[in-house]
Amino acid sequence: MATVTAGEIRAATHEGLPRQQVVAFVIMVGALVAAPFFFYPVFLMKVLCFALFACAFNLLIGYVGLLSFGHAAYFGMGSYVAAHAAKVWGLPTELAILAGTAVAGVLGVVFGWLAIKRQGIYFAMITLALAQMVFFFSLQAPFTGGEDGIQSVPRGHLFGVIDLRSDLAMYFFVLAIFLMGFLFIYRVIHSPFGQVLKAIRENEARATSLGYRPDHYKLTAFVLSATLAGLAGATKAIVFQLASLTDVHWSMSGEVVLMTLVGGLGTVFGPVVGALTIVTMQNYLASFGAWVTVIQGVIFIVCVMAFRRGVIGEIANVLKKPL
Amino acid sequence: MFRKMLLASALALAIAAPASAQSPVRVKFGVLSDMSGIYADATGQGSVIAAQMAIEDFQASQKGIQAEVVGADHQNRPDVGSNVVRQWFDRENVDVVLDTPTSSVALAVSEVTRERNKVFLNSGAASSDLTGSACSPNTIHWTYDTWALANGTGGALVAEGGDTWFFLTADYAFGHALERDTSNFVTSKGGRVIGAVRTPFPSSDFSSFLLQAQASRAKVIGLANAGGDTINSIKQAGEFGITQGGQRLAGLLVFDTDIHSLGLRTAQGLVLTAPFYWDRDDATRAFAARYEQRHPRRLKPTYVHAGVYSSVMHYLKALEKTRSAADGAKMVAEMKAMPTDDPLFGKGEVRQDGRKIHPMYLYQVKTPAESRGAWDYNKLLRTIPAAEAFRPLRDGGCSLVRS
Repeated sequence: MATVTAGEIRAATHEGLPRQQVVAFVIMVGALVAAPFFFYPVFLMKVLCFALFACAFNLLIGYVGLLSFGHAAYFGMGSYVAAHAAKVWGLPTELAILAGTAVAGVLGVVFGWLAIKRQGIYFAMITLALAQMVFFFSLQAPFTGGEDGIQSVPRGHLFGVIDLRSDLAMYFFVLAIFLMGFLFIYRVIHSPFGQVLKAIRENEARATSLGYRPDHYKLTAFVLSATLAGLAGATKAIVFQLASLTDVHWSMSGEVVLMTLVGGLGTVFGPVVGALTIVTMQNYLASFGAWVTVIQGVIFIVCVMAFRRGVIGEIANVLKKPL
Repeated sequence: MFRKMLLASALALAIAAPASAQSPVRVKFGVLSDMSGIYADATGQGSVIAAQMAIEDFQASQKGIQAEVVGADHQNRPDVGSNVVRQWFDRENVDVVLDTPTSSVALAVSEVTRERNKVFLNSGAASSDLTGSACSPNTIHWTYDTWALANGTGGALVAEGGDTWFFLTADYAFGHALERDTSNFVTSKGGRVIGAVRTPFPSSDFSSFLLQAQASRAKVIGLANAGGDTINSIKQAGEFGITQGGQRLAGLLVFDTDIHSLGLRTAQGLVLTAPFYWDRDDATRAFAARYEQRHPRRLKPTYVHAGVYSSVMHYLKALEKTRSAADGAKMVAEMKAMPTDDPLFGKGEVRQDGRKIHPMYLYQVKTPAESRGAWDYNKLLRTIPAAEAFRPLRDGGCSLVRS
């Protein structure tokens, strides 16, 4: 696990935001606002959904040190429920997304409560096992449409006014969701609550001895992470008008680990860069077919061998400032 | 010198004149397929070749049609597939999407195509929902569907004497549906289903299920599964010598390329339904020979490839009339209005619900002794006439069908 850098402690203890993070945030928002006029909006929306997913995952592994290998369950359930709510129940788009998010949160409470009773590899295996059960459920349950998934989900109107069938309108809606999620996570990890999470990551026994109850904090972090993963999944279902088994498959859990590692574990901006890298590769290398996975594997190995802190982690290390 | 130049330009004008009399109609085909996964041989790159052959055989450029083919891999993932197709429509001016195996991807693509008013000519996917509950004025389902396969294998095989059945069913919605549909055909033709076993999906070990099937003494063992499950179950059935023991193995979704990679020793005796087999008549043999020449690994075409060829051919015929690919629904309406006729599927029609109609054939895979050489795999058991081969128009629940 990454250790807390001196800068991080300073940043967290000082009042106000560290300047380099503000600068990076402004650059990111500027780029994201301008991007749809230069790049294909649907592709960018995919990046944003995965970036939010990776940020949610990073909250758990980067700041609490819990490696969940079943985050696809919350992502996928979020997308199934949102798709079902929008298509079959006819809920407005924003309510459908909230429904998906809520279900993922409830799933997070149940799974988290079970999983945090164990640590390390056992924790990872329990989350994986539970996620596989969700996959099986999604394969069999009548409302998920089995391997066909839920197709032709209506994008609907935002607040009943803005037509989301326009890719540009949809993009800014997704961007708003992403930024809310991103800022929420930022707030969480820089709050006193976040400080305790990091303390637990560094030394759980010491956190206990200081009077904190690690299980409470872990469970809360787990539920937050699952909820945000569900939000990402629900948004993705509305963007692509589709919820499918891909979203709950274990390889999705693997992909989010990869994104977070490539971008930089325990950094604020890392998962965003990681998601951008991986989704871009999947998109533009698609013509290489099976080689995409091989290339991804090689990049993963290079990452682990050469720059273990990930892209943003390495930059932060050079700058000696947290990003 | 000047005179020479004048002559040359006059000559150039003379050549160019007939073509410029009518400005060329542009059309771009996008082959969305499984280029690297389990269906890559049966569909994949071969579909790009088939589409190109259709354009050349139609002599599109002489008829003032400028046609282009691009291909992409959907990795059998509906989100990847719908993303590629959106990008094609929005950024790359693709007018027609071809092939697209894997039902989940096909259903997603069909929706995007309807939304953008383009054309989707599906050859590779199985789901009969494409012309049923999910039918669309922009989609034609060309080659086969689950109903036709279940009807062919389930119904026709009973007539061939296979009247007791045991199912190996992949334990998910597709498998259940396939088992249900096939059972209905079996019982409606006077056959009996004496047992079924659900196999986990996906599975690599079918031995205990196959032993149950063997012990059931059913005359036919139906494989209600697809892709890797079908290949694995056929392989292991071969190891148990099930077909040599007198039982018949009925595969529902089996391509000639699968038999090619399994080998006759393993696949012999397997019964399957197909709309096209390369060695059926002179026209199909000629097509197969030309296709084989162009295929990098010298494979014969499957029925999916034949379907891509035939659908592109028919599309171009319609385009020659309308002379604009812009309005997808109009193109499809034109294709439905014209009867189909091509060397591979013969005469047929495209129905209101988007279903292309042609005969289906029940084949049995030859034993190594019967086979006369490479790719000589199937012998014909029975022809299912076009009128009986596909689901009746009224039973599909398609909203396009006027009652």
